[in-house]
Amino acid sequence: MAQTPPIVAAHGIHKHFGTLHVLKGVDLMVAERELVFVIGPSGSGKSTLLRCLNRLEEPSSGSITVDGIDMLSRSTDINAARQRVGMVFQSFNLYPHMTALGNVALALRKVQGKSRAEAEARARAALDRVHLADRAGHFPGQLSGGQQQRVAIARAIALEPRVMLFDEPTSALDPELVGGVLAAMRELREDGMTMVVVSHEMGFAKAAADRVVFMADGLVVEQGPPAELFGAPRHERTRAFLGQIERH
Amino acid sequence: MTFDDFLLAFFSLEIVGQAWPILWTGLQQTLLLSAIVVPLGVGGGMLLALLSTVRHRLVRWPLMVWVDFFRAVPPLVLLIFVYAGLPFAGLEVSAIGAVAIGFFLNTGAYYGEILRAGIESVPAGQMEAARSTGLTRWQTMRYVVLPQAVRNVLPDLISNTLEVVKLTSIASVVALPELLFQARQAQSVTYNATPIVAAAVVYFLLLWPVVRLLSRLENRQLAGRR
Ligand SMILES: Nc1ncnc2c1ncn2[C@@H]1O[C@H](COP(=O)(O)OP(=O)(O)OP(=O)(O)O)[C@@H](O)[C@H]1O
Ligand SMILES: [Mg+2]
Repeated sequence: MAQTPPIVAAHGIHKHFGTLHVLKGVDLMVAERELVFVIGPSGSGKSTLLRCLNRLEEPSSGSITVDGIDMLSRSTDINAARQRVGMVFQSFNLYPHMTALGNVALALRKVQGKSRAEAEARARAALDRVHLADRAGHFPGQLSGGQQQRVAIARAIALEPRVMLFDEPTSALDPELVGGVLAAMRELREDGMTMVVVSHEMGFAKAAADRVVFMADGLVVEQGPPAELFGAPRHERTRAFLGQIERH
Repeated sequence: MTFDDFLLAFFSLEIVGQAWPILWTGLQQTLLLSAIVVPLGVGGGMLLALLSTVRHRLVRWPLMVWVDFFRAVPPLVLLIFVYAGLPFAGLEVSAIGAVAIGFFLNTGAYYGEILRAGIESVPAGQMEAARSTGLTRWQTMRYVVLPQAVRNVLPDLISNTLEVVKLTSIASVVALPELLFQARQAQSVTYNATPIVAAAVVYFLLLWPVVRLLSRLENRQLAGRR
C-alpha cells in the first residue's frame, strides 16, 4: 500500500473558529481503497477535519491534496475538485423539492454538463447501486431515513469520486434502518472505494475498517488497525473513550 | 334623503352603464401597471435578497440602509418625489416611468425582505450538500436554495402582491388613468358616487380569487406544520 500515492494527504491542518482552536495540527493520509475510521469524543474536531478535506471549511493552515490536487491552492478550481470528494452528511441533506432521481442527477447535469438523458441514466445506475432504483420517482419526504441516506450516497457516488467522506451517516437513523446504510457502505468498499468514515458504529469499524484514527482535542492521539486500537489501545485517552463507548 | 335617493346616488345601474367604458379603460390601465410593477418589484427584491447573502460589510451596510429607507418612506411620497423631483436632477420621467421607479424602490424592498426570510429558512445543510457535489454558489442558489425559499414564503409573496396591485391606485396622483382615477373622473362628471362603488366591486372581483388562493395556501402550510 505504501507504494501507491495516497488519495488523501493532509498535513499540519490547523483550524480556528475565532479564538477557538479546533484542529491543532492534524495529519491524515489515506491510501487508495483504504477505509479509515475516525472516532473521538464530541467536539474533538472530526467533522471539521472532514469538512476541511473538501474545503467546505477553510483550514487556517496546513496542506491538503486529494488525488494529487492541491485543495487549498487559489488556482485550483474547487468546484471541479469537489467532484472527486463525495460527502455524506448525518442529516442526509437531500433536496426536498426534487425526486430521488433529481437529487442524484442535478450535479451530473449542472456540474458535469451531461445531457438530461445521460444524467438520468447515470443517476439510475447510482440508485441501483444502493438498491433504490425502484424509488427513483419518490421525493425525500416519501422515503424512510435509511432510504434517504442511501439516496444521498448515490448522489455522491454518481459523480465517481476518488474518495467518499461520511460524517456520522447513521446517527440520525432509527436503529432498524442503520443496517441498510451500513450494507450500502460495505458494498461500496467491496467495489474498491476509498473511504473516510466518522461514526460511532464500532461493530462496523471492527468488521470493515483498515485503520482507526482516534482524535481528541483537535489532535490525532493514536491510530492503527482496528484489532490493535480496540484490543490494545496505547493511550490513556483512547482507553477512557473506548470504555465510555462500551458502557453505552 | 330617502332610500331611493340613496340607491340612486350609490348604486345606479344607469350610471354604471354610462361609466362602464371609462371604468374599463381604468381597469386595463390598472392591469397594465400591475403587470409592469409586480415583476419589477419581484425582480428588485430578488436582487436585494441575493445581495443579502453576501456577508461582506461593504455590501451589508448599504443594503440595510437601502431597504430600511425605502420601507420607511410612504410610497405615495416616494412616487411624488420621483415624478416631481427627478426633473430637477435633469432626468425627465414619464408618469409611467415614475411609477415604475417608485414601485421598484418601494415594493422591491418589501419583496426583498420576504425573499431574504425565505432564503434564510433553507437549512445550511442544503447549501453544503450542493457545494460538496461541485455546484457553484450561484448554481446552488438557483437550483437548490431559491426553489425552496420561494415555496416557503409563497403566502407572503402573494399577500404582498395583493397589496401592490391595490397600491397601483396611487398612480392617479401622477395622472395615470388607472381604475380609481377613472372612477373619480366618472364621479365628477355624473355627480354620482356609483362609479366609485363600481370600482370597488371591480377591485374585489379582481382580487378575491387571489385572496381565496392565499387562504388555502396558508391553511395548507398550517396543516403541514402540524
Ligand atoms: N462553524 C463553526 N463556528 C464556530 N465553532 C465551530 C464551528 N464548527 C464547529 N465548531 C466548534 O469546533 C469544535 C469541533 O467541532 P466538530 O463538529 O468538528 O466536532 P466533532 O468531533 O465532529 O463532534 P461531534 O462528535 O459532536 O460531531 C466544537 O467545539 C464546535 O463547537
Ligand atoms: Mg461531528
